[in-house]
Amino acid sequence: MAIEVRVPTILRSLTGGEKAVPAEGASLGDVIENLETNHPGIKERLVDSGDLRRFINVYVNDEDVRFTGGLETTVSDGDAVVILPAVAGGEA
Amino acid sequence: MTVSECGRIGRVWVPGETPLYSRGVLTIDQAAYDAVVAHARRDHPDEACGVVAGPAGSDRPERIVPMLNAARSPTFYEFDPTDLLRLYQDMDARDEEPVVIYHSHTATEAYPSRTDISLAQEPGAHYVLVSTRECGNDEGPVEFRSFRIVEGEVTEEEVRVVPAYGASKPQPMEQQ
Ligand SMILES: [Zn+2]
Repeated sequence: MAIEVRVPTILRSLTGGEKAVPAEGASLGDVIENLETNHPGIKERLVDSGDLRRFINVYVNDEDVRFTGGLETTVSDGDAVVILPAVAGGEA
Repeated sequence: MTVSECGRIGRVWVPGETPLYSRGVLTIDQAAYDAVVAHARRDHPDEACGVVAGPAGSDRPERIVPMLNAARSPTFYEFDPTDLLRLYQDMDARDEEPVVIYHSHTATEAYPSRTDISLAQEPGAHYVLVSTRECGNDEGPVEFRSFRIVEGEVTEEEVRVVPAYGASKPQPMEQQ
């Protein structure tokens, strides 16, 4: 069993249109590296200089990883990872 | 004809994309329109934000979901990240998509700012902006405008308010 990653519409051009793809790894960072191997280009949409991008939300089993260690968040087989771009804007 | 023009004209509809016939117009029923405007008035002077979800592929905004502006700011909006997850899980379960993503401007015109444009990540959605700069919390004129935002490119579209969705023909918006 692998980790299931739900991919938002905007990134599905990188996953051949798939809404969800399997990945492997012991941490969220590993999972993203693994995704990058199979779907080149996806990492830079999620990560910027070693951190999750400010306007990308990632959830492991429904928990916002900002509160569980970010890229260091541990994951294991059967976990569900959801990626959602922030819905945000502003005047600045 | 150049190759790029040819490509644009011959553009093929891709499943999951907004149907071509609906490009250039937002059709929204009076109830959803009123609810979006009421939310914007209520939250003034902070920016209000939310979605109007509809059946996937229908381009019909039916179910308004006002969201909490986690920034609680007159110049910035961001859906609360936990609520955002719940919203998308809910829409998935109902086979819906965010047909409209709306937010208000409380001191400026109803046009997407540079940040609004650079953060827009739903190319299939109608981005609705409501300006409450004239009315504030009260009755009074609001601007209600709709845009497509795709890869940093903004295209304004017509807004048609209809009494209800269904067989009846859309009515042109009444002149103010
Ligand atoms: Zn804005």
